[in-house]
Amino acid sequence: MSATSVLHTPVPLEQARSAATNEPALMRWLLIALALIFLTLFLFIPLASVFYEALKKGGDVYLKALQEPDALSAIQLTLITAAIAVPANLVFGVAAAWAIAKFEFRGKSVLITLIDLPFAVSPVISGLIYVLLFGAQGWFGPWLQAHDIKIIFAVPGIVLATVFVTFPFVARELIPLMQAQGAEEEEAAVALGASGWQTLWRVTLPNVKWGLVYGVILCNARAMGEFGAVSVVSGHIRGMTNTMPLHVEILYNEYNFAAAFAVASILALLALVTLAAKSFVEWRFGHDQQTSIEEHAA
Amino acid sequence: MSIEVSNISKHFGSFTALDNISLEFPSGELVALLGPSGCGKTTLLRIIAGLEQADSGKVLFHGEDASRRHVRERQVGFVFQHYALFRHMSVFENIAFGLRVKPRKERPSEAEIQRRVHELLNLVQLDWLHDRYPAQLSGGQRQRIALARALAVEPQVLLLDEPFGALDAKVRKDLRRWLRRLHDELHVTSLFVTHDQEEALEVADRVVLMNHGRIEQIGTPGEVYDHPASPFVYGFLGSVNLFHGRVHGDHLQVDDHVLALDQHTLSADTQAVAYARPHEVDVVRPEPGATGIPVVIRRILAFGGAVRLELERTGAESKENAGTPIEAEIGRDRLRELGLAEGDQVLIQPRGARVFPVSTAATNQAEKAAA
Amino acid sequence: MGATRQILLTRHSVLPGFGLALGFTLLYLSLIVLIPLSATFFKTATMGWGAFWEAVTTPRVLASLRLTFGASLIAALINAVFGLLVAWVLVRYRFFGKRLIDALVDLPFALPTAVAGIALTTLYATNGLIGHWLDQYGIKVAFTPLGIVVALTFIGLPFVVRTVQPVLEDIEAELEEAAACLGANRLQTFVRIILPAIGPALLTGFALAFARAIGEYGSVVFIAGNMPMISEIAPLLIITKLEQYDYAGATAIAVVMLVISFLLLLAINLLQWWSSNRTKSNR
Repeated sequence: MSATSVLHTPVPLEQARSAATNEPALMRWLLIALALIFLTLFLFIPLASVFYEALKKGGDVYLKALQEPDALSAIQLTLITAAIAVPANLVFGVAAAWAIAKFEFRGKSVLITLIDLPFAVSPVISGLIYVLLFGAQGWFGPWLQAHDIKIIFAVPGIVLATVFVTFPFVARELIPLMQAQGAEEEEAAVALGASGWQTLWRVTLPNVKWGLVYGVILCNARAMGEFGAVSVVSGHIRGMTNTMPLHVEILYNEYNFAAAFAVASILALLALVTLAAKSFVEWRFGHDQQTSIEEHAA
Repeated sequence: MSIEVSNISKHFGSFTALDNISLEFPSGELVALLGPSGCGKTTLLRIIAGLEQADSGKVLFHGEDASRRHVRERQVGFVFQHYALFRHMSVFENIAFGLRVKPRKERPSEAEIQRRVHELLNLVQLDWLHDRYPAQLSGGQRQRIALARALAVEPQVLLLDEPFGALDAKVRKDLRRWLRRLHDELHVTSLFVTHDQEEALEVADRVVLMNHGRIEQIGTPGEVYDHPASPFVYGFLGSVNLFHGRVHGDHLQVDDHVLALDQHTLSADTQAVAYARPHEVDVVRPEPGATGIPVVIRRILAFGGAVRLELERTGAESKENAGTPIEAEIGRDRLRELGLAEGDQVLIQPRGARVFPVSTAATNQAEKAAA
Repeated sequence: MGATRQILLTRHSVLPGFGLALGFTLLYLSLIVLIPLSATFFKTATMGWGAFWEAVTTPRVLASLRLTFGASLIAALINAVFGLLVAWVLVRYRFFGKRLIDALVDLPFALPTAVAGIALTTLYATNGLIGHWLDQYGIKVAFTPLGIVVALTFIGLPFVVRTVQPVLEDIEAELEEAAACLGANRLQTFVRIILPAIGPALLTGFALAFARAIGEYGSVVFIAGNMPMISEIAPLLIITKLEQYDYAGATAIAVVMLVISFLLLLAINLLQWWSSNRTKSNR
C-alpha cells in the first residue's frame, strides 16, 4: 500500500527461504562438501597445478621459457590471430543482430540456428574443412599453388580456423538482448530524423554495450586458446605457425614440462582474467538492469 | 478446531514484523486478518502454518502446543496468494498430490484417491477441468483449484493468503460470495489475510485489524465499523472527517464552534481530534440561529443512492483545521430540500463524533499521509 | 535493397539497413561456415557410398567412434549428477567462498583445452598428485579410456551447472511450501516438484555437455595415450588420417560426427522449444 512500508521490510536473502523448505543442516553440509570435493578434483587442483608446475623449477627457468624466441613468436601469432578474428566476428555479430532483432523476415529461425552451427562442430572438423578447401589436394589447392599463395600451414589458415570456431560468440549474446529491447527506441530515433548509422551508434550500441563486451571477452578467450582447429591447419612450424597452445603442445611432447607449463600459465592467467572480466560485466549489466527497472517502477 | 497464538514475536533483522501478538480463533469461524501491507498479517499466517518460525511465543492447536511441529504434520490447508499450483501436473494431479505423498500406511487406494479428488472438484464446481494444466486456467479457476488442493488433506485449519489479491474486480466479488458459502458448508476454521477492508467486512465472521505488528481491534464487521477502537481503525475502515479542538466537559471546542460529544474519557482541556464519518455529518443552511462549522461546497457528487458533498472549511483559525477537506453524505431528498449548489456557504454539524487524544491521532495522520 | 525488403520482410519496418545487414550476414556466414562445411559433404559424395561405408566401418574407426561416444556419454552423465549438485549448492546454500567458486565454474570455458590437457595428464599420471594416490588402489587414469572420461568431464562441467542454475533460482519458494503444507517430505518435494521443473534444463545441459565432449580434442590427446583400438578418439583419428593424406577417410569420419552433432543440436533446440512451451503460463 504505502511505498515506505514496503521498503521498510528488508528481508535478508537467507531468510527468504523458510525453515519448512530447507534441508537439515547435516544434509546441507554433506551436499556442500560433496560439491566442493568434485570441484576441487576437477577444477581447482588442475588450475593450481598449472602454476605449480610452471614455477616448480624456479623463477629463472620460468622467465627464460617465456623469453625464448619461439615462445615470443607464438605469443605474437596468438595476438595477431585474435586481433583479426575478434573484430571480424564483432562486426558480423552486430550486423546479424541488427537484421534478426529489428526486423521480422522469413527464414529467421533457420538463420539463428545456422549461426550457432560452429558450436556443434568438432574443432578438428573446423580445421579439416579448410584443408579440404585450400589444402594441397583441396578444391582451390592447385590454383593457390600456381599463384604461390599459402593458406594451409600458414597464418591465413590459422586465422580462418579461429574465425570459424569463434564465429557465434558475439552474435549469440547480442541477438537475444536486442530482441528483448525491441525496435521502439530505434523507431523513435528514425522518426526524429536520425540516419541508420546514427541510430546504430547513438541508440542501439549504447543499449547493448555490456552484451557486446561480454561477447567480445568470450570470443577473445576462445580465439587465443583454440587448439584443435588450429592444430589441423598450422603445420606446426616452430617460430612461424605456432600459436601459444600449439607451442605448449610441442614443449610438452619434448618433455620440456617446465617450459610447457610456463607458457600454459600465461594462458591460464588469461583464462582467469577472462573470468574476472566476465563476472564484472555480469555484475555491471545486472546493476544497469536493476536501476532501469527501478526507474521504470518510480 | 480452535487456534490460539500467545505472545508471538517475529523480527526480520531490525524490522519488527510481529510484536507480542496474542489471539484466539474459535472453532469453525471465518476470520479476516486485515491491515496495510507490512503490518505483519501474512507473517502471522505463515507462523500459524509453520512456514515461518516465531522468535518467541506459542501456537496452540486445540489447546495443544504446535510450535515445534513441522508444517508437514500440522494439517493446515494453505492457499497461497499466487496459488502455487504445480504447473507440470494436471488439475487432478495437483489435488491428488497431498494424498499421494502420504506415508504408504496412510495412503488411500487409487480408487479412493479418484473418488476424493472428483468429490473436491465437484465441490469447487470445476470437475470438467480435471485434465487441464494450470497454465490453461483463468485466475478464478486456479484459485478454486488451489483451495480444493488444500482441502484434499482434510485440514483442521484453512489459511488463505490474500485469496483474492491477484484477481480482477468482477471475479473477486463472485469468489468472495462463493468462499463465504463454501465456509458455511464446511465449517472449517478459516483465516484469511487481506488488505482490502471491504473484502474483510463482507466475508468474515470476525475481523482482526493489525498495524505495525500489533493488533488494533478485534470484532465482528459491525463492531469494528461502527465502533472503531483507535484512530487507525477509523482511518482504515472507510473515509472519515477530522476535527481538531480542545475538550471542555461534554463538548469539543473546534475554533469558535462547539461540537457535542458522546461519552468520552478524556480529561478537560486536552488537545483532541474528533472523528466523524461522512454520513454522520449534517448540513444546514446558515440561517440566523443555526449553529455549526462554516464550510463552502466545492463539489456535489449526485450519483448513486446518496449524494456526496466535497466541502472546505472557511474561517478556520487553527492551522490543523484550515483548508482541510470534509466529506459529507446526505440523502437525495435532503439535497433537494436544502436546494444546495456548488459554491454555497453552509454549516455542518457532526453527529456522534468520537474523540481521541491528539497524540494517538497524530500517528494516524502521518500514516494517512504516507499511504 | 528495396526488393529484398519486399520479398523477405513479413512486417513493415521504418528502420533502414535491413538489406545491408542481412546481406552481409549471409555472405559472411556462407564464406566462413556454410561453404567450407558443405565441402565435407561434397568430398564424401565424390567417394561413393561403398567407399564411404567401408571407410567408416573399419574396426579402428568403429572402435574410435565407440570410445568417443561412450566416454562422452559417461562424462555427460557424471556432469549431469555433479552439475546438478553444484548448481543446487550454489543456489540454495550460503558458504564461504561461494561467489569465487561460482565464477570459477566457467573455467573450462575459458581455459585453453591444451592447458587443461597437460594439467590433467600431469595430475592423473601414475607419478602425479592424484594419479599416484589412485595407483595405490590399482586404478590407472592417464593413458587409459578412464583418462578420456576425466578430461571430458572437465570440459563439460559448466554446461549442466549453467543451464540448471537459473531455472533453480526461478522456482518459487511457494511451490515447495505448498508441497510441505500438503505433507510432502523434502525428498518427495525434490522428486515430484523440483526435478520435473528443472528436468528440461538438466536434459539440455546434459545434451550440450555430451555434444561438446564428442568433438573435444585438445584436452583429450594428452591424457588419452592414443593407442589405436583402445584409447584413440575419433577426432584424433581424423588428424591421423589427414597426416597420412587420407583426406577421404578423414572426411568420412567427419561426416559421421557432423551428422550426429547436428541431430543433437536439433534435439536440444526441440527440447528448449518444448520446455518453454510447456511451462508458459499466463500468470
